[in-house]
Amino acid sequence: MEIKIMELTKTFKDRVAVDQLTLAIGQGEFFALLGENGAGKTTTIKMLSCLMEPTSGDAIMLGDSIVENPQAVKKKLNISPQETAVARNLSVQENLEFIARIYGSTKQDAEQKAIRLMEMFGLAERAKSKGRNLSGGMERRLSIAMAMISEPEIIFLDEPTVGLDVRARLDLWQILLNLKGQITIILTTHYLEEVEALADRIGIMHKGRLQALGTLEELKHQTGQIKLQDVFLQLTAEGEST
Amino acid sequence: MKALTFAQRNRKEILRDPMTLLFGMVLPVLMLWLFSMMSENMPFDLFTLEKLAPAIIVFSFSFITLFTGMLIGRDKSSSFLMRIFASPMAATDYLIGYALPLLPVAFIQMSACYGAALLLGMPFTYDAIPAFGLLVIISFLYIAFGLFFGTFFTDRQVGAIFAIFVNVTTWFSGTWFGLEMIGGTFETVAYLLPFAHAVDAVRAAFAGNYSEVFITMLWVIAYTVVIFGVAVWGFRKRMRG
Repeated sequence: MEIKIMELTKTFKDRVAVDQLTLAIGQGEFFALLGENGAGKTTTIKMLSCLMEPTSGDAIMLGDSIVENPQAVKKKLNISPQETAVARNLSVQENLEFIARIYGSTKQDAEQKAIRLMEMFGLAERAKSKGRNLSGGMERRLSIAMAMISEPEIIFLDEPTVGLDVRARLDLWQILLNLKGQITIILTTHYLEEVEALADRIGIMHKGRLQALGTLEELKHQTGQIKLQDVFLQLTAEGEST
Repeated sequence: MKALTFAQRNRKEILRDPMTLLFGMVLPVLMLWLFSMMSENMPFDLFTLEKLAPAIIVFSFSFITLFTGMLIGRDKSSSFLMRIFASPMAATDYLIGYALPLLPVAFIQMSACYGAALLLGMPFTYDAIPAFGLLVIISFLYIAFGLFFGTFFTDRQVGAIFAIFVNVTTWFSGTWFGLEMIGGTFETVAYLLPFAHAVDAVRAAFAGNYSEVFITMLWVIAYTVVIFGVAVWGFRKRMRG
């Protein structure tokens, strides 16, 4: 297993945000993390991407511990945050080259990678456009391309299609489907149809705990529901959460 | 190397914003021109170019605080900081990357204001050379304030705080009037802050009175170290989530 999460816990004063999360995610897997607002998804992603120290527990990412060796872990992963996190006064190409260079690429290498990523993500025609002038869809594509340019082995996508229209969302899904199997993708989203279309396995979090884990079919079978929406509602219903 | 890459990005972000040019360069030069015109009708020598130009250069550094604070604040609110925190960059890379691009901005501000003062009739002296060196040191105080505001506040809050900050830096620095004219608690408070010391030091350096520079600069350097220290502590804390 590529990612092994062991009793990962984060508490803020008296509130438990993530409660003893134990989970394994395979290499090249497209894993979706679902949950209501405040379920602990973003906190989990922040801990796994070494942006937040866990209160207890650990995760081994490709052989390195997020607690013992976060710098080694950081070299292997990248993140596309919920907000697009694009430098607004830099062009598309400059944004990409900047990220490549802080991950250690030479100037030439960064330029070549940027050109390749712009082709892959349909951004080549907007190479010189500033971040602030991009449409929502283009900005999202750039955000994911920026996460990809460091050639990570693990990528975290935090609500990558939020605020996009249907066409832009479908375009982005196609890009994500093309990436499937090449790298490990961990996705958080509120769009259940996105999970159905993209994810190999689904983890459902509720109040900081992993409530259910499995493929879509396994979760349907486990709950006796036909639609993911009903699976989700059943597993996160108050009073049935334990 | 990573710090320089980051500094390059920050330089582009700052210099490509038209507000940088407007507030950082044009406004101080405009104020220098207006006050030098007023000085022609003044009965005393408060607004002589020799006193005004060094003070307005220091005043122009307030905008360095704004640029730094707003950049960090925006990087936080847009999650850009989150993206780069996830990269293998070290805390020192971030701090150098945010501070370094402001030095050329400060140099441009100094040159613009000094050049304008020369055009308005201020005589050139070789004392301007060490005075420029002193101004570079003083610019770190304002960069430190920017790092501090950006680290602890959002970009919107930085905008509001700056409105207060720019007033404090000018009223309590003796830029527009001599602090001894008011005296009392006002003067005491002003000299407990670093801004009046910064203005006094630069005025003394431009006048060639180097013996007056040392003590005043100690105040400025002490404040710079403390504000930088608190900002670095806050920044590192934020990095650890």
